[in-house]
Amino acid sequence: MNLITVSGPPSVGKTSVILKTIESLKNRGLKVGVVKFDCLYTDDDTLYEKAGIEVRKGLSGGLCPDHYFVSNIEEVVDWGIRNGFDLLVSESAGLCNRCSPYIKGINAVCVIDNLSGIGTPKKIGPMLKSADIVVITKGDIVSQAEREVFASRVHSVNPKAVILHVNGLTGQGSFELSTLLFSEKDHITSLKGKTLRFSMPAALCSYCLGETRIGESYQMGNVRKIDLGKEQ
Amino acid sequence: MIDQMTIGTLLEKYPFARTFLENNGVDPDTSMDQSLHDFFSAIDENTKEEMAIDPAHFISRLNEYISQMLSFLGETGSTVESLTILPGHYKTGEDERFSDLTIQKNEIISIVGPTGSGKSRLLGDIEWAARNDTPTGRTILINGQEPEKKWRYSSSEKLVAQLSQNMNFVMDLSVYEFLSLHAESRLITEKESVLERILDQANLLAGESFSQDTPITSLSGGQSRALMIADTAILSKSPIILIDEIENAGIDRKKALNLLVSEGKIVLMATHDPILALMGDRRIVIKNGGIETILETTDKEREILSQIEEMDRKIQSLRSRLRRGETLTGIE
Ligand SMILES: Nc1nc2c(ncn2[C@@H]2O[C@H](COP(=O)(O)OP(=O)(O)OP(=O)(O)O)[C@@H](O)[C@H]2O)c(=O)[nH]1
Ligand SMILES: [Mg+2]
Repeated sequence: MNLITVSGPPSVGKTSVILKTIESLKNRGLKVGVVKFDCLYTDDDTLYEKAGIEVRKGLSGGLCPDHYFVSNIEEVVDWGIRNGFDLLVSESAGLCNRCSPYIKGINAVCVIDNLSGIGTPKKIGPMLKSADIVVITKGDIVSQAEREVFASRVHSVNPKAVILHVNGLTGQGSFELSTLLFSEKDHITSLKGKTLRFSMPAALCSYCLGETRIGESYQMGNVRKIDLGKEQ
Repeated sequence: MIDQMTIGTLLEKYPFARTFLENNGVDPDTSMDQSLHDFFSAIDENTKEEMAIDPAHFISRLNEYISQMLSFLGETGSTVESLTILPGHYKTGEDERFSDLTIQKNEIISIVGPTGSGKSRLLGDIEWAARNDTPTGRTILINGQEPEKKWRYSSSEKLVAQLSQNMNFVMDLSVYEFLSLHAESRLITEKESVLERILDQANLLAGESFSQDTPITSLSGGQSRALMIADTAILSKSPIILIDEIENAGIDRKKALNLLVSEGKIVLMATHDPILALMGDRRIVIKNGGIETILETTDKEREILSQIEEMDRKIQSLRSRLRRGETLTGIE
């Protein structure tokens, strides 16, 4: 089975792109399953089910969603293998722009949209910078020049990635994406021994552990203070 | 090694690397005398973690960026003289019946056919430089040969630029700032003169003129289209332009097409509008996902074109007279 991790900021078009791409993969006779990771709520599972795609969802609730992802992906991969998938796609929303649950040796796709503004590529951390493929969506609502400028900004933070324009509504570009997502040589039988591409931020302050009271005396562990500058 | 020289030397050698540094969290101006190696050594692990910087990954991406940019700049314009489409098959699996279609630089080709008949797949085939490996089984040749790989995977060089009906500007910039940004992303050296040319051309196309200080989001529909077309003609590196209709308001469509062609582009135009369709030298007729036939625009059709252009002029003039508050007393 191949595993692909797809992440990107909320509502950029991840599900739309994955659905259109799976159509092309199905035409090649491949069996595809999806797992969706989110924080509090998602409807994506019903969208995948409607398209006849086997799907599982995991909500991290009070936990950091990316930490939740790493602690569960191994079991999810085993589930995919037991179900005989050729390809398992994981979809997760990059909630803090800092993290990416990308795994070394596993194809990583980052989806961002043309509407997010040209400053955005610079603000997104490893989720964008260490992706193998960057998919840019919503090109249908901006000008050619804006698409070119946006793509060049993405290129300047991740020159190694293949950058593709995909329209999540019409599916234009999704066939092309599908050709990059499956390869016999990328088969895995388990994630044992694999590592993340980038460490996740050290969390663990008292608020991670359920503290709700505000004030210095309740703050323990990893605490960093904002610099408000010098005052007269 | 790029991580050993000072950032100042690095930027002297590769001025374009500034974009990379700035977009990746390094302010070059405060660390000109430092090498990247020293820069990273001076940051403690915590801060690296905080800034999500991995020095080895940073350097390897910078190396890649520099080598791609050098080859981009070194290119003496790999011009596209012609585009050839070799037949594939219809949705039904039946073979397409045309032998091959070669479109030369400076040519305008219209694409006609019902919605959903396969126009976007044809465009997709051209964009992806199909090699009998797309759902239609078509093959695309550039200058009569199998296309270079870069047309598929390079982010700075795409075969096709697209001008579509429902495009808007979303950036909060003036015309000048907007064009500058685009020119800079293309590493254009004579920026000012290029910008001036684009603005002049856009104003020739637009019914009402606008200045470089106008915010792009407050341009009228016609002005936006004029600016998009002039910018694409002059600044886009893509040799092929796909147009999905040009609305007939506030813009001189004939001049717009002439501008694109005079900049050496191959123009493909999907349209249902008879005036646009007949402006092409030839037209591709699409049906059931396949190319049904390719028609030359006949002399008779050119005659018809001048007649409908005349009718169009009359309608336009009625429109502006009504807009000026006149009472109509007859046509023309
Ligand atoms: N115009 C346009 N709209 C798009 C495109 N792609 C997606 N959308 C729309 O954007 C909205 C969000 O798309 P989704 O696919 O649900 O986005 P997502 O990234 O999966 O969202 P979350 O999983 O909730 O983070 C939907 O209304 C889509 O129809 C596109 O290329 N163009
Ligand atoms: Mg989704």
